[in-house]
Amino acid sequence: MIYRIAKKELKSFFVTPMGWIILALITCAFGWNYFIGVNNYFEVMAGAIRPAERVGVTIYVGQTVYGAASFLMLFSVPMLSMRLISEERKQQTLPFLFTSPISITEIVLGKFFGLVLFLSIMVLYVFLMLTTLNIWADIDFGYLFANSFGLLLLVASFAAIGIYFSSLTSQPIIAAILSFIFAVTLFILERYFASQPNHWFSYISLMKHFQAFSRGVISSKDIIFFMLFISTFIVLTIRRLDSDRLSG
Amino acid sequence: MSQKTIEAKKLKRIFGENIAVNDVSFDLHKGEVLGFLGPNGAGKSTTMRMITGNLAPTDGTAKICGVDIIEEPKRAKENIGYLPEMRPLYKEFTVNEYLRIAAEFHNVASKSINHAIEVAKEKCGLTHMSNRLIENLSNGYQQRVGIAQAIIHNPQIVILDEPTVGLDPIQIREIRSLIKEIGKEHSVILSTHILPEVEIVCDRVQIIDKGNLVFHGSIEDLKKQRRGNKIQVGMRNTPSLLTLKKYFDVTKIDHGQDGLKIVHFKNINFSLEEFVVAAVKHKWGLFHIAPHITSLEDTFVQLTKNEKVK
Repeated sequence: MIYRIAKKELKSFFVTPMGWIILALITCAFGWNYFIGVNNYFEVMAGAIRPAERVGVTIYVGQTVYGAASFLMLFSVPMLSMRLISEERKQQTLPFLFTSPISITEIVLGKFFGLVLFLSIMVLYVFLMLTTLNIWADIDFGYLFANSFGLLLLVASFAAIGIYFSSLTSQPIIAAILSFIFAVTLFILERYFASQPNHWFSYISLMKHFQAFSRGVISSKDIIFFMLFISTFIVLTIRRLDSDRLSG
Repeated sequence: MSQKTIEAKKLKRIFGENIAVNDVSFDLHKGEVLGFLGPNGAGKSTTMRMITGNLAPTDGTAKICGVDIIEEPKRAKENIGYLPEMRPLYKEFTVNEYLRIAAEFHNVASKSINHAIEVAKEKCGLTHMSNRLIENLSNGYQQRVGIAQAIIHNPQIVILDEPTVGLDPIQIREIRSLIKEIGKEHSVILSTHILPEVEIVCDRVQIIDKGNLVFHGSIEDLKKQRRGNKIQVGMRNTPSLLTLKKYFDVTKIDHGQDGLKIVHFKNINFSLEEFVVAAVKHKWGLFHIAPHITSLEDTFVQLTKNEKVK
């Protein structure tokens, strides 16, 4: 059932221009960053005299691309997630789902995975784009894998925030703005608490946990953090939809 | 009687301080079309939302084919097809795509999905619209898609909330015959404002007002309610009320349409024959006599008004 809903959502992205436009824009942005990264690599490395300043091409280009990717996703995920539930509210299509033999949990999970599936297309082609470096260099696949995995968890977290804010309103734009503000706040919290790295505010910053992945480290601590983060918002969304049924 | 498909017991729903539906109980049997009538805001849609699991009742239970909608919603919902007042259409899809989604969501086996879509389209006259975007369809066709969506999984119970709104007369006739056809095998609940529709389509009628059931019975019962203690007469020399009172238990004479008079009797057991005989004898110049049938609208207004007086 979750799969069927995810399939419907995924289809929904591709029958409207929205999905294609965002895919196109992001491809363009990634491509540009990749191009700049590769271009600059030789200039920078030619200028780096001491061996300590020299880094591998994977890390150099990877940092450019993944750094940009996390930032781009911050903008694009709310644009994609805004319609998930608020549009159903607006068009009054929720009874269609509620009357089907599907539980609310399945509806929310289906919608969430539909979006994550769509986002993983982007994550996948960033990965594929970087593997093209392998044609002329010997790249570090482990590093790429850790980054892709981190990026996937990060966008899934944005998606969870997005679906929750989408369930609160019947105006997709409001959902997009709210989830964008919320995601940005969480994303950069760490900056504001840079002086107190152990403050709990800093701990819930998504960026802090993403950084571990971008160094190429896959730690269970960070994975668990993202999982908890995602499940919190999924549960909140389920509760929100359930209260629709209870209070009308 | 035959198998019960819906068993609603003392359904109650309170919104804040407002009692939207109050202790509504009813049964629905297989092969029956139940008309659900009531003024705006009477609680029709709320009741339907509770039966279909879209809204949790404050109190009471509803069983769909013996399965409780609150305890086992998934199993219960498999037997329901529901078209709410606002058509739940994903307008960015084509008719075929949308119906496929509807079939998948309702657990139609993947082998028979294509067949189910074809059957639903044919029943609703949508076959030539298969690949059109729902967004671009006219109001009437969108309504048909809504109905197709509700019957695609061949449910035991089809619940339609004002299904003929926005259709042209020919479409209305088609949809009505479709509802009758569905009603032969399954059960249908039909909510409507159009009173004659109830008479044409439904076997049983239920009138709800301010959250309370005010009438519940077969369509014959409703017709009986309409045949009152009044007759419509046309007379050239209309006698006065006093003169009439000498011969019959008359309470009132009203002016009807086209110069006809409406004579109110005290009770229903009056004889038209006697009236004719008396009219001839006293040369009242009788040229028209007929039982005065209250229109369905009047009955409806009476029923819902009575409740207000109480």
